[in-house]
Amino acid sequence: MTGRALVTTDPPWRRPPRNHFPGIPAWGAPTASLRQETFDISEISRVTPEWAWGGADGAGVRVAVLDSGVDGTHPMIGRLERSVGIVSDDNGGFAVADCEPTDAAGHGTACAGLISSIAPGAALTSVRVLTNGKSGSGAGLLAGLTWAIDEGYDVINMSLSTAKEQFCLALHELADRAYFRRSVLVASAHNMPVRSFPWPFASVISVASHDQPDPTLYYYNPSPPVDFYARGVKVTVAWPGGRQISSTGNSFATPHIAGICALILSKHPMLTPFQLKSVLYLAASNVTSTLGGDHASQ
Amino acid sequence: MPVSDAADITERSLLQSIVEVARSVFGAAAASVFLLDQRTDELVFEAVSGEGEEKLVGTRFPSGTGLAGWVVMSGQSLIVDDVDTSPQFARDAAESTGYVPRSIMAAPLIRDGECIGVLEVLDRGTRPRGDLSDVELIGMLATEVAMGLELLVRLRWLAGEPQPPDAGGQAAGDLAVLGRIAQRLPGAAEPVASTVSRLLATADDLLASGQNGHGGDPS
Repeated sequence: MTGRALVTTDPPWRRPPRNHFPGIPAWGAPTASLRQETFDISEISRVTPEWAWGGADGAGVRVAVLDSGVDGTHPMIGRLERSVGIVSDDNGGFAVADCEPTDAAGHGTACAGLISSIAPGAALTSVRVLTNGKSGSGAGLLAGLTWAIDEGYDVINMSLSTAKEQFCLALHELADRAYFRRSVLVASAHNMPVRSFPWPFASVISVASHDQPDPTLYYYNPSPPVDFYARGVKVTVAWPGGRQISSTGNSFATPHIAGICALILSKHPMLTPFQLKSVLYLAASNVTSTLGGDHASQ
Repeated sequence: MPVSDAADITERSLLQSIVEVARSVFGAAAASVFLLDQRTDELVFEAVSGEGEEKLVGTRFPSGTGLAGWVVMSGQSLIVDDVDTSPQFARDAAESTGYVPRSIMAAPLIRDGECIGVLEVLDRGTRPRGDLSDVELIGMLATEVAMGLELLVRLRWLAGEPQPPDAGGQAAGDLAVLGRIAQRLPGAAEPVASTVSRLLATADDLLASGQNGHGGDPS
């Protein structure tokens, strides 16, 4: 007899992939009420939250927000380095052009405000890739992402995904290209049981929600493809017109991790994306606690 | 009755059933389904339960605006609370729907990788489910809506309308899904189990009316 029976002692990362069909809850972890799963850790000494981002404000780090645009006049945003959007080109494709810093849907403003609140020194650029139902999730997204990678943004926030299979390969190649060029893609895990991209790619930092209020509290997820859980429930976010609202969704967890990435990179600018993910892992709340409590003061 | 007419009636019944279930499950003031009109790039109210149900069906607005618009564009579901804190928002909402919600929860309807619409719930009740559970539950309901609409698309194909591009290869997948549903339903928690049961009954009615109208074998 060949093959090996699945035993319950298999570690989380050796489990069969979760099926994606109706009836299975999507990604998320109600960490306020559920105990975190335990897992083994190989310690690399010295990396602590204090080492990782203590005293940092994101200065010197350029962050692109791929979304519905950003309201550049909102008091929670601060000054935008640049505002661009996708436009149709002469060949039926998309190009990127400078545009007014506005946001018809409100979502990009919310994400940018969260990044600003965590890394106020980071330089933000709005890349409007979501404009309407027709061009919102495919070719325009690829054009905007390609532009952001070519422009060398250090962190690219993608609180969005596409379920269109025809874009999977192109997105995968772009994600790898970003990874090797040290542009860190931080992407929302889908909070529905559908197959979508680019968040499940290994070269991307993928984020789902936990339900606690601390903006820099995040957890490592030992059962991929979701990498981290960050604050995503009842988050106070910027909304166009100078407003603030309370919002819930993985879309709002993602900019928390993007902001923390900006902090880490501003303090340690030579980190590669794989080192950055390791630092995030080592400084995650459930890893530091397993290693003997929050040793931020060491 | 022609199959496509029966399908139209069943589509309305299916969508109405979904919004009734959504409103009931969440103890909400209203629930609605919008579908995307690709020709005009607008979102159209297709079914409403609760506030506005008498007059909103058929109402349209541009797909690139508002929370429902963002859900269409990004393919992600979300909850927004305290939306009535802005006088401007309240006025806009009241002018378009006649009702000003405190909270909005919305999930995309995804079929073949395309977002074809939005399931939206206004002012869900305060029963202790947790917001993460709410996001997951509305996501599951939205998935059911999209599956029901997929069945209707195939029914119309049987009636002689253009064949969906993947109609052949999908049949085995559907059977696999039905098999898994049969395995999992007995162990599912309320109100998920009752929701799934009602949807299955609707799908059964739909298939029965399709076979009566066409007299053919779907395979």
